[in-house]
Amino acid sequence: MILFELIEYDILRVIWWALLGVLLIGFALTDGFDMGVGALLPFVAKTDVERRVAINTVGPVWEGNQVWFILGGGAIFAAWPPLYAVSFSGFYLAMFVVLAAFIVRPVAFKYRSKREGAAWRTRWDWALFAGGAVPSLLFGVAVGNVLLGVPFYLTEDLMPMYPGNFAIKFIGLLRPFALLAGVVSLSMLLMHGAAWLSLKAEGVVAERARAIGIKAGIVAAAGYALAGLWLAFGVDGFALGEVAANGPSNPLYSEVARGGSWLSAYAERPWIVIAPVMAFVGIALAVLGLKAGREVSTLLWSKMGILGIISSVGLTMFPFILPSTLDPNSSLTVWDASSSHQTLFIMLVVTAIFMPLILMYTAWVYKVLWGKVTEAQVTENADTVY
Amino acid sequence: MEIGLVELSRMQFALTAMYHFLFVPLTLGLSILVAIMETVYVMTNRPIWRQMTKFWGTLFGINFVLGVATGITMEFQFGMNWSYYSHYVGDIFGAPLAIEGLMAFFLEATFVGLFFFGWDKLSKVQHMVVAWLVAIGSNFSALWILIANGWMQNPVGAEFNPDTMRMEMTSFFDVLFNEVAQAKFVHTVSAGYVTASVFVLGVSALYLIQNKHKDLARRSIAVASAFGLAAALSVVVLGDESGYSASHTQKMKLAAIEAMWETHDAPAPFTAIGFPDQEARETHYAVEIPWAMGLIGTRSLTQEIPGINDLVAESEVKIRDGLIAYDALMTIREQREVTPPEVRETFEAHSDNLGYALLLKQYVDDPRDASESQIKMAADDTVPGVAPLFWAFRLMVALGFSFIAVMAYFFYRASFRNMQFPRWSLYAAVAIIPTPWIAAELGWFVAEFGRQPWTVDGVLPTALSASHLSIADLLITLAGFLIFYSVLFVIEVSLMVKYIRKGPFQDVEETNAWQERHEARLRSETPAPTLAATPAE
Repeated sequence: MILFELIEYDILRVIWWALLGVLLIGFALTDGFDMGVGALLPFVAKTDVERRVAINTVGPVWEGNQVWFILGGGAIFAAWPPLYAVSFSGFYLAMFVVLAAFIVRPVAFKYRSKREGAAWRTRWDWALFAGGAVPSLLFGVAVGNVLLGVPFYLTEDLMPMYPGNFAIKFIGLLRPFALLAGVVSLSMLLMHGAAWLSLKAEGVVAERARAIGIKAGIVAAAGYALAGLWLAFGVDGFALGEVAANGPSNPLYSEVARGGSWLSAYAERPWIVIAPVMAFVGIALAVLGLKAGREVSTLLWSKMGILGIISSVGLTMFPFILPSTLDPNSSLTVWDASSSHQTLFIMLVVTAIFMPLILMYTAWVYKVLWGKVTEAQVTENADTVY
Repeated sequence: MEIGLVELSRMQFALTAMYHFLFVPLTLGLSILVAIMETVYVMTNRPIWRQMTKFWGTLFGINFVLGVATGITMEFQFGMNWSYYSHYVGDIFGAPLAIEGLMAFFLEATFVGLFFFGWDKLSKVQHMVVAWLVAIGSNFSALWILIANGWMQNPVGAEFNPDTMRMEMTSFFDVLFNEVAQAKFVHTVSAGYVTASVFVLGVSALYLIQNKHKDLARRSIAVASAFGLAAALSVVVLGDESGYSASHTQKMKLAAIEAMWETHDAPAPFTAIGFPDQEARETHYAVEIPWAMGLIGTRSLTQEIPGINDLVAESEVKIRDGLIAYDALMTIREQREVTPPEVRETFEAHSDNLGYALLLKQYVDDPRDASESQIKMAADDTVPGVAPLFWAFRLMVALGFSFIAVMAYFFYRASFRNMQFPRWSLYAAVAIIPTPWIAAELGWFVAEFGRQPWTVDGVLPTALSASHLSIADLLITLAGFLIFYSVLFVIEVSLMVKYIRKGPFQDVEETNAWQERHEARLRSETPAPTLAATPAE
């Protein structure tokens, strides 16, 4: 098959790097508000009816939203196999915690209201809280660790290795900068969840959500700014030596040096400053929107803020995807950690066919479900809804 | 066997995969049964069919969510626990997994919410379409995962690239239309249909025994037995197809399943029962059916099916051939910039057997240093555990045939005996509810255990595939999954029992009221007040 040579290998790699970003952002924008609502649940809703209102704002959609996460895993496997192999085994126990959260969350949605009884329901409420808050925090911690570099190396056979004791490896993820990134991620999704609740819920639930959302937005913006300063002065960057952008995907073929700053990317590609600008503007307008009680526009601004934050990480690190502290030469970059030319092409064709379809029917479902979830609805349909 | 990292990783994969497959078959089948019931409702407008749709839909939902939740583990576990595998074959194996997400998961997950919450927001036909989209999405996901699994059994359309130290795709078409994958797909979804049919049959029989919900139960049996009969036939036919394709793609697995130690003159006999002895390489007390194996395996009277001993000898030849490829690969790696073309040619000529050289890695770091006895040991390693395969396969087949009998019986009573079922048959229907799950798990056991010592047949040994984690890592997560999954299982089963006891708590009057409201809403174009509850989800 020669068809795949229609698109140059290096261009396909950049496209797939961008698509990786699209998937992560898609996940954060959709499942992000589900997780935010889960993490907000104990604070915005006190009675059972209030909790059910909050839960039912995401009730019919969380399942589809969660597929962004699963597809993210699948797409990384297909397009960036070395990244899939190194990152998930490197973050092994942290991944286990995330998986546990993502397993308990669907079950909690589905089973919580299937029985009466305060104890039963409270237990599932905690599961929803943990299922939202823990991954929100840990995803940020993971991104923080990626910026700091991860202690792995590749053998000559390209077997990923992570020396060290399991406990030290797990605790080692909780470095101060990574924790700060975790706080940014958690507060950003809390803000997003609050914006969602302000749109889809009414009365006291929406009010409490707005109050928390404002604070969360301010924390997110401040934490993001602080992380930027930290990157400028306290974190070593990585620099890639000469590499063939069309070459084989073998990370060991290129040389990587430590030192310098990640932020030098802004000198080389000044246009990328648009990402942090979007982040700050989006958050600021979302916070103002929450204050003023605007609904649809607030959610959109919140989305823009998240888009800015996530894309700024990717654009700052480009072409790095997963730098290694133990052996910088093992670092994974856009030019040496992808699938083969043919696989990238086939996957692009498949994505180009199905992604528009997915967006279309997802939009249709949201349209069908448009409107607020009220306490009256929940009590009247007590047996039907979550 | 010493319990090391690889064994723990295998245990965890077996645990999480088999647990996942407790929920999948019911999802596959029940999604279709529910969609069929809703279609009948839309066509006939008879409220009982809506009641059935909602009742079975509720049970579907309780089961579906655990299938989804435990599937998340599967999507990430390759990277977490099988990182060298992920690197080595991700270029091929990752694609169907990602396509599964794009084509199947989004479809089923996006519409399943609307299925449960959309009764008052959609027209009847729209809602029926939603039910079908959920069913189609679920079944598509089985297609892609079996294309991925089929490639592990029969790795076509790929070759090793010395520069990237991994397998890379050469033909997507070959991967897609892999004969093993196609047979496996139909075999697996049919098994799911049987599972759901037996489940619906058993629960309905329980209602008939208890003398309640008789309208719903009788109709459900009629649907389930017709659907189940077709599915049970399809499982067996496609199972046979899988066996036939194994006779030329996975000879060792087939020989191990049949405990065929020696190559027999064609047509080989089928050992119905016996006691395989792996050490002595013979089967004690074998009861043989002449010709049967040759006919099933090769569909001819003249073609031989190689026995285990001959296949081990063949493996030894392949190991030595693979060592030539391995040596050339090392040269290519050392002289990357200036590899002599003849070295590349040597590599390409022998690279098909590179995987066999890698079998030596568990004995020596550099396979080229392996001693004669180590090569012999590695060749012996290519034989999977014969006795467990032999018995698991026979039990699965016996169950498969018994499902045909059960479904045929109930189909006959439902169609020609006025839906009258003798009491003993109802008790039997309740008693056999767990058996399709046993058959399905045995099927996976035969497929995966029978592929050992490989993760990808002839390409990558299992021992090499696992992540280099610590034993403590594995013990923590294995214990975590065990506890976590056990708790979820207890909760799931207790909810199922609760909702089966509760029964179709929506009576005909309620459905009539819903129908009026529904039609009023469609006429008025404005949302009707949702007065009464619409139970069952």
